[in-house]
Amino acid sequence: MPADFNWAIGGEAGDGIDSTGKIFAQALSRAGRHVFTSKDFASRIRGGYTAYKVRTAVDPVQSVVDRLDVLIALTPRTIEENLEELHDGSVIIYDGDRTTMENVEIPEGMIGLDVPLKRLAEEAGGAIMRNVVALGAACEVSDFPIENLDSALEKRFGSKGQSLVDNNKEAARAGQDYVADEYDHEFDYELETTDNDYVLLNGDEAIGMGAIAAGCKFYAGYPITPATDVMEYLTGRIEQFGGHVVQAEDELSAINIALGAARAGARSMTATSGPGIDLMSETFGLVATSETPLVIVDVMRSGPSTGMPTKQEQGDLNMMLYGGHGEIPRFVLGPTTISECFWKTVEAFNLAEKYQTPVYIAADLAMAVTEQTFPPEAFDMDAVEVDRGKVVDEESIDEWQNEKGQFKPHALTDDGVSPRAFPGTDGGVHMSTGLEHDELGRRTEDTEMRVEQVDKRNRKVETAREREDFSPREFGDSESENLVVSWGSNEGAMTEAIEFLEEEGIDVKFLSVPYLFPRPDLTEEVEAAENVVVVECNATGQFADVVEHDTLRRVDRVNKYDGVRFKADELASDIKAALQEADQ
Amino acid sequence: MSSDVRFTDFKSDKQPTWCPGCGDFGTMNGMMKALANTGNDPDNTFIVAGIGCSGKIGTYMRSYALHGVHGRALPVGTGVKLANPDLEVMVAGGDGDGYSIGAGHFVHAVRRNVDMTYVVMDNRIYGLTKGQASPTSRMDFETSTTPEGPQQPPVNPMALALASGATFIAQSFSTDAQRHAEIVQEAIEHDGFGFVNVFSPCVTFNDVDTYDYFRDNLVDVAEEGHDPTDYDAAKEKILDASKEYQGVIWQSEKSIPYGEKHGLDTDMSEIDEGAPEGAMDLVREFY
Repeated sequence: MPADFNWAIGGEAGDGIDSTGKIFAQALSRAGRHVFTSKDFASRIRGGYTAYKVRTAVDPVQSVVDRLDVLIALTPRTIEENLEELHDGSVIIYDGDRTTMENVEIPEGMIGLDVPLKRLAEEAGGAIMRNVVALGAACEVSDFPIENLDSALEKRFGSKGQSLVDNNKEAARAGQDYVADEYDHEFDYELETTDNDYVLLNGDEAIGMGAIAAGCKFYAGYPITPATDVMEYLTGRIEQFGGHVVQAEDELSAINIALGAARAGARSMTATSGPGIDLMSETFGLVATSETPLVIVDVMRSGPSTGMPTKQEQGDLNMMLYGGHGEIPRFVLGPTTISECFWKTVEAFNLAEKYQTPVYIAADLAMAVTEQTFPPEAFDMDAVEVDRGKVVDEESIDEWQNEKGQFKPHALTDDGVSPRAFPGTDGGVHMSTGLEHDELGRRTEDTEMRVEQVDKRNRKVETAREREDFSPREFGDSESENLVVSWGSNEGAMTEAIEFLEEEGIDVKFLSVPYLFPRPDLTEEVEAAENVVVVECNATGQFADVVEHDTLRRVDRVNKYDGVRFKADELASDIKAALQEADQ
Repeated sequence: MSSDVRFTDFKSDKQPTWCPGCGDFGTMNGMMKALANTGNDPDNTFIVAGIGCSGKIGTYMRSYALHGVHGRALPVGTGVKLANPDLEVMVAGGDGDGYSIGAGHFVHAVRRNVDMTYVVMDNRIYGLTKGQASPTSRMDFETSTTPEGPQQPPVNPMALALASGATFIAQSFSTDAQRHAEIVQEAIEHDGFGFVNVFSPCVTFNDVDTYDYFRDNLVDVAEEGHDPTDYDAAKEKILDASKEYQGVIWQSEKSIPYGEKHGLDTDMSEIDEGAPEGAMDLVREFY
């Protein structure tokens, strides 16, 4: 029996798949098990096919694999969609009373459990609880103590009254008992529990929580998949910390509202996905040239245009690195795990204010909508540091005024960073503008000042390179001649792929790069390696291009752009193939 | 705020590059007077300017200011005001900025009713690009890009505002210095979004909507005994295309500014040196 267990519930949009899956994931987390979830979903409110998948183990899990042990199938299509992942001995729980499931065929070798989900739910108090009946059945199949499910049901329904909680518990037991009574079958699974405490959250939530931790008090955004969760997380929570969320009329407005708040001195953020980044690129140049600290989150999805809105891709890297007309420095951070979504957001606010630049957070759908367990210490609020950079007040403002007593928001400095005076500061009156400007922030076309301001802005990047640590995260065999480089959410699948590769006698050194600009210089590592493979979820290899540019060496590429994230086992074989090809 | 602020304190040492006789001179002077008369000083005032001749106003006035991208001045002003309600926020732009490229933002800024002032210098022409039709140009106004005239009805800014749920709608004429300053002052004093459309003639490219035209056709609603809190009377004036009205046309007595509705009363620039108190509760929520 493998150490991990893979479970899913699938049906149509509108079947309550997401909330049911979340309850099961929560139950596992509360039982002290590690959990990693993933979703198959479509951009529609009803119909289609949608699934919520859970991988769980006692040890940390940070990826999905091509295997499904227990499947709750509310529709025949759910089985068809998962045929490749199901295996001999997989259990399929379904309701044969449901018209569409009456004649469903259980593939050979698999165990079909026909459970009257609807009928049992009705007996427990309402047909709406049929998915919870299925969860109870799943507990029996996986030998998972049902008290943990009770705990998750209390969390989910507690605010709606004890009787609803009790009904759900009863429904779960009806499912459990039915399987125990009707099927005299020994199942292979046993989900152990531990005393460990874990929290379960997704990347969007981690970004939102990181923003509040960093002192962000202002968010303006426009709903867009898969970034909406950031806005929904902040709404109702940021207010408790003195902040506010504005739903703007579009992304053009959202970034300008956020910019206004930042000019007023608030730590301010907006989040969107590719189509929104396109619109925001108009104002991006203004943010950068007016030297306004602003955090812009791009939760990437499949493009171009409307693309595949609910599918994974890392296709916006070039947009974030180079987007916008003219030339302007920016920072691009790419969190590589869900907990790093939290820490990179904290860091983004500090970098934005220290260097008075826009900072992109390049997140992707695979981490944004995926939930993962962490020990609560992974989000240690005491470790959060706030650095506001060169902010001046009434006392210190004199040294940044000219002979006329005018404040210089774009003062030419050795490190490229100018002083910042929040509006309301006596003696700090100043303007800024998207026009090229002088030290006072006023329009200029003076050739010397133009060059000085461009150089000053670019100097901030050099200063950051000197002062900050932009190191990659290293995994695997540090002495290996096989170097794998990646960015974004691929880290989880890749760290597990290393183990699969080890089993086959292949060692690799893996660098996961969370700083996309300014970024670490990988020349030394690339030169030392025999084979270099860059892994990313796009067709053209945008990060591979960057690595080639930086290191002046051709690299091999593993690209995935079918809309689905890398799975650990699949990635291992892709890497193996790339290395074999390189050796020929 | 100091009580001895003079309106010239809001004037920067940059000389405007507007054409001699441009309506924007008078518009700006009235804004400065209104700001001084309402007890503001440059240290607590934030001007947001759009793009175009009017957008240069941020440079010529002295206050905290941002000169943004074309059409998006209102969202910037919204963010400034909500993040620091202590600031007096005034947004200024032209008819192209507000009613063409920024028309979407205008509608939603009106709906949002943030407590700030929006002054539109409406010259019914694109001046800085040297004379093309604007959204408020007349149907038959011949320009380099509309040789037959736009052949589209001009936007009625006040009607657009009214339909969007405005709480304060006014119109003024830049050269009627006294009334213009009074009207802008009323917009500042209004609890909510104070919108003033200012006839600010372009002496170089618009030979139709001239000073003489406005002098001949201007009717001050104050002299007609108009009650700005009477919605139906306001609607009638706003939809009357036969005259050019000056004065406060509509003011809702029920206006509750956005910030008040959402309890925004603190300066958000002040934050803790680490994670805020109680942040660990956010983590526990995910247990």
